[in-house]
Amino acid sequence: MGWPIAARLGGTLLLAATALAAPASHALAQDGPVMKRIAETKTLNIGHRDASPPLSFIGQDGKAQGYSIDICLKIAEATKEELKLDKLEVKFIPLTPQTRIPLLTAGTVDIICESSTHTLGRSRQVSFLNTTFLTGSKLLVRKNSGIKRIEDLTGKVLVGALGGTNERAAQVEIDKKGIKIKGGEIVKVKDNAQAMLNMEQGRADAFTSDDVVLFGLASLAKNPAEWEVVGPYFSYDPYGMIIPRNNDDWRLLGNKTITMLVRSGELHAIYKKWFEPGPSNINYPMSERLRENLELIALPD
Amino acid sequence: MEGGFDFAILIRNAPFLWGGMVLTLQLTGLAVAGGLALGLVLAVLRLSRIPFVPALVAGYVNFLRSMPLILAIFWFYTLIPKLTGQSVSSFYSVLIAFILFEAAYYSEIIRAGISSVRRGQIAAALALGLSNAQAMRYVVLPQAIRTMIPVLLTQSIVMLQDTSLVYVVGLRDFLTTADIVAGRDSRPVELYMFVALTFLVVCFSASRLVNRLRRRYAL
Amino acid sequence: MGSYRWNWPILLADPYYGWIVSGFGNTCLIAVLAWIIAFPLGSAIGIARTTELRPLRFAGTAYVEVFRNIPLLAQMFLWYFVVPELLPQDWGRWVKRDMPYPQFLTSVLCLGLYTASRVAEQVRSGLEAIPRGQHHAGLAMGLTPAQVYRYVRLPVAFRIIIPSLTSDFLGVFKNSSLALTIGVLELTSQARQIEEYTFAAFEAFATATLLYCAVTGIVILAMRQVERRTRIPGTIAIGTQ
Repeated sequence: MGWPIAARLGGTLLLAATALAAPASHALAQDGPVMKRIAETKTLNIGHRDASPPLSFIGQDGKAQGYSIDICLKIAEATKEELKLDKLEVKFIPLTPQTRIPLLTAGTVDIICESSTHTLGRSRQVSFLNTTFLTGSKLLVRKNSGIKRIEDLTGKVLVGALGGTNERAAQVEIDKKGIKIKGGEIVKVKDNAQAMLNMEQGRADAFTSDDVVLFGLASLAKNPAEWEVVGPYFSYDPYGMIIPRNNDDWRLLGNKTITMLVRSGELHAIYKKWFEPGPSNINYPMSERLRENLELIALPD
Repeated sequence: MEGGFDFAILIRNAPFLWGGMVLTLQLTGLAVAGGLALGLVLAVLRLSRIPFVPALVAGYVNFLRSMPLILAIFWFYTLIPKLTGQSVSSFYSVLIAFILFEAAYYSEIIRAGISSVRRGQIAAALALGLSNAQAMRYVVLPQAIRTMIPVLLTQSIVMLQDTSLVYVVGLRDFLTTADIVAGRDSRPVELYMFVALTFLVVCFSASRLVNRLRRRYAL
Repeated sequence: MGSYRWNWPILLADPYYGWIVSGFGNTCLIAVLAWIIAFPLGSAIGIARTTELRPLRFAGTAYVEVFRNIPLLAQMFLWYFVVPELLPQDWGRWVKRDMPYPQFLTSVLCLGLYTASRVAEQVRSGLEAIPRGQHHAGLAMGLTPAQVYRYVRLPVAFRIIIPSLTSDFLGVFKNSSLALTIGVLELTSQARQIEEYTFAAFEAFATATLLYCAVTGIVILAMRQVERRTRIPGTIAIGTQ
């Protein structure tokens, strides 16, 4: 069962690798307004999420934190150095899936550090930094539920965050396989936290999201042992930081920072800090695929 | 319920929840002030005799009054950045939505207040030799304000409750902070009950106060 | 407008057209069902607040104060996330698992009970606006207090509060948009979903807004006719908007 997905993953990785090499060869370098804005205002506006642990979330202290946030803080350091600023104020702006693209294109945020899947559709609107995380859609279920894969959802309630890529992928899968879920429709709620609340209260049987998000939410649950993440991937989701399009200098700086982090091993350390097992005990060791992908983006000088 | 209640969670998260409360109060204060100012202008324009203006204002007021507030919030939230290309923080986009929205309601209350003063009184004031402005200043407004104030305050209490709608755009007001904690620690019962009780106490006391004012200043 | 790219035809494309239609249908259905709860319940509470019986008056007042001083959105969460947890376990399980259309029915109930508190206020103010003399005259003619309500006070009260009831009905129609917060795909959330899928924010929101305005307009025009027919000569309509 893993084979077709693996093939798809491999193919996509190849694509990603060629895509990486491609821009330099034929696209004209364009220096956008972001770097200038940062230099002038001496502020960097980082967009983050409220509840996407451990990538981007609000901790007990009410502050934004996580794997993506740590990487972005490194980018902030590099920016300060690159622009030779005496100080650089980092502001955190909470985003929702509905607002991130408008606020980015409007210039309210300079970089989005959360858990966004790099898609072709989105690439028409925004630009992504190199993939720093790999995941895909799975299902979160109660251990005793007997649900092992999406086909087992006949007569069950499936919940997902409104407008996410997972909910769409699940819908496609359900339609393709003719699965009859309870109520005939996926229950679409405001965000992951609310979906989880639906699960905790026993209103829903399965919750679809990226597996890492599911692992994160389960690890933060009242009783983490109750939950498990099941099923083969039914979508493939590479995550990357989002920046506005046509800002090649900003993009280069971001990618350069990530490359440096990979080469120095710092990125692996950040990964370890958040995922192995991480403050919330998520225990999501770095996959071979991600390790290889990181090697691919660690370009030489 | 499994595990019983854990009200200590409220104490542990008090600073975070208080931050939400501050935002709710700020938003209410600014929106009431802005809404009143704009509402007054709209009411005066609507009662004016400038051609087309009263009809335009009426159109604006009725348009906004037939739209759900939640939709107005989305409009401004999604569209201000898209249309103007300006960076507008979610706080300001929501504030603008609230001011424009509340102004429509306030203007109706103000207009009703002014219209409630009998025309005979204005005629009498003018006959006494007062100018139009003086008649407004010394005769109409003192009475109109007395009838308006309780209604304006009641509308402002409604507005305080409506600020909870900014939840839908993730701005961290009181309800949203509670919602974040509720979701994170899976304690919806404690958190949502706390929010409901807080609003109940605040709004109930405020409406008692309004009642007392109403009785004291009734004509 | 900058670089905005218009795409009106997208709204007629599959599946977006169907989403708008079903969203609009849900919005109307929620509003009507909630009103079916709110109107009789609100009337009963409004009447209770004008009777001579203290416990009844107290209960009525308490109901109104509780329901109108908690934000509707918080009430939505209370009904959806809190109440099932406080019920006896079997009932709670039924509500969460076996009740059909859980999000839809919860939002109808929540909106209905909330709006009842507003209807109650209108009914009370309508009843209080009637001169006491009519009440006494009714009693003097040998009617029981119940009959006075049935034949004298209520028919008059309802006729004078029609305009304010209209605005309460429009309120429930607009407030149905809050159902999206617990996962009902009504008009506003369908507009959002279309925005989410297509980035055609302006078109989606404009369509939703137009539909809300259209319904509001139609209801207002229709109720104006009703008002004209039922107006009591020599009185003006009262009640808060």
